[in-house]
Amino acid sequence: MNMTQIEQIARELRGTVIELTHQAKPAHLASALSCIDILAVLYWSVLNIDPAKPLAEDRDRFILSKGHAALALYSVLAKRGFCSNEILQTFNNNGGKLAEHPGPQCIPGVEAATGSLGHGLPIGNGLALASRLSGRNNRVFVLLSDGECNEGSVWEAAMFAGKQKLSNLCAIVDFNKWQATGRSQEILALDPLPDKWQAFGWETVRLDGHDVRKLDATLADMPRRSGKPLAIIADTIKGKGVSFMEDDNNWHYRVPTAEEVVAAKRELGLV
Amino acid sequence: MRNAFADEMTRICAANQRPVLLSGDIGNKLFDKLKAAAPDQFLNCGVAEANMIGVAAGLAMSGFRPFAYTIVPFITTRVLEQIRVDLCYHNVPATVVGVGGGLSYAALGPTHHALEDIAFLRVLPNMSVLCPGDALEVRACLKAAMLHDGPLYIRLGKKGEPVVHQSEPVVGIGGSLTVRRGSDCTILAVGNLLPEAMRAAELLAEQKVGTTVVSLVSVKPLDGEMLERNFASRNLVVSLEEHSVAGGAGSAILEWISDHNPSAMAKFMRIATPDAFYTQSGKQSYARQQLGLDSISVARKIADRLGRKLAA
Repeated sequence: MNMTQIEQIARELRGTVIELTHQAKPAHLASALSCIDILAVLYWSVLNIDPAKPLAEDRDRFILSKGHAALALYSVLAKRGFCSNEILQTFNNNGGKLAEHPGPQCIPGVEAATGSLGHGLPIGNGLALASRLSGRNNRVFVLLSDGECNEGSVWEAAMFAGKQKLSNLCAIVDFNKWQATGRSQEILALDPLPDKWQAFGWETVRLDGHDVRKLDATLADMPRRSGKPLAIIADTIKGKGVSFMEDDNNWHYRVPTAEEVVAAKRELGLV
Repeated sequence: MRNAFADEMTRICAANQRPVLLSGDIGNKLFDKLKAAAPDQFLNCGVAEANMIGVAAGLAMSGFRPFAYTIVPFITTRVLEQIRVDLCYHNVPATVVGVGGGLSYAALGPTHHALEDIAFLRVLPNMSVLCPGDALEVRACLKAAMLHDGPLYIRLGKKGEPVVHQSEPVVGIGGSLTVRRGSDCTILAVGNLLPEAMRAAELLAEQKVGTTVVSLVSVKPLDGEMLERNFASRNLVVSLEEHSVAGGAGSAILEWISDHNPSAMAKFMRIATPDAFYTQSGKQSYARQQLGLDSISVARKIADRLGRKLAA
């Protein structure tokens, strides 16, 4: 699949996430929109996965450590064929499988239950280590938020991966410069984020997290020849794709009205 | 118990490629034989227990059988959320092994005491809790862990405790071991207090009080049949644990009584540590005397309850 097609998929995924947010009224719309391009590149170009064999031992693993962007992951898995659109439409309904944070194997393709921040990378370490121990060499990708890098367990995990030289492990930081209540650079001393990962023994790449070509070229180049784990600091825009949501942290919690859904879909070229 | 743990883990790892021992930077030289026998199956995870539990979860999700090991407070209360989410919510076959249960490390102060761990761990969904009473029970518990398909907590003492059993028993999740029989009362001994319970039973025997001693190996799930049997046939059933009175094995038995056998309440007595930090310096044996957990104190409490006098 070429990158122009992946860009179109990302636009459609944004439309799905916006519609379902209007319909089911969860928080975290803007957090989901900021990582859509990363997920689109992973699921349509990079990951060695097969929706018909979601538990294949040699599959690549993806963990959405920023579990509050669950709606983005569910939308991706439905579009990629891991579950039906009917199940996706039950998101956040009473008695459904798809809660606002993903449960373990709630639908095929969800590799880990997340929602509490700082858990994905330690689990990713275990998956990457298991891959090495069993000689399978499948790859492990973990998507974190920048606010999540407040958690001490992220840095415990970073030291471990650096020491173990888990070159089949990739941490992607969705660096949208916001967390729940303010600018991530102002709430804790996050700066300089790429240097921190480098100092913990990681090969570090900083790129535009909405540039699918750059994402594809970097994510596909795994495991790394450096022999180190790879940290991608992906500069992103919270609420990306909709002008009146972009970089406006009110959309961390806001739900769009019916009129705003139409306006957003128009901007995305979906109506 | 610690040496038996290291030795049994070495055997298990040498025989099977799935178990992996993760250590939180403790046990210097303790695992040298394991490292020699199965170098890929030992990993020092550093003083980074939250990551260690996540690593255990990832390994378990991939078909391995991780054992995450360090001192009780650092592998339980410190990382309770990791255990809850990474191990219990995912319901993976990972074993958390804590060394220094109860007041094993009395001399190190309350940061190293383990008097709340059973309470925290036993309330987690999917989690099972085993408290082996001697080195041979440790070996049996590790064998049980290899056969168990969910998260498990094993609470060890330290090293050099008396060995109660003559040979390795067979016991697993939900099991208990009756190690001595008597008809008047039963002591349900939790983990490393088993030897104190045995000595207390001997003291009681001198006063013609027949005492059954059960090693309550599985605190979660409880051995309900054993409890039914003992409450039906004894005048008194006593839980004995080096753990806070709040939330431990005695509390679990109170819950069992309330749910299954309310009339048994009058026959039940708990012996545990108070709901307080123990702040005196000194050895475990001294701490037990201060807190009424030594064999003489235990025998005296039981004799009093039964209206008997213990020889001075």
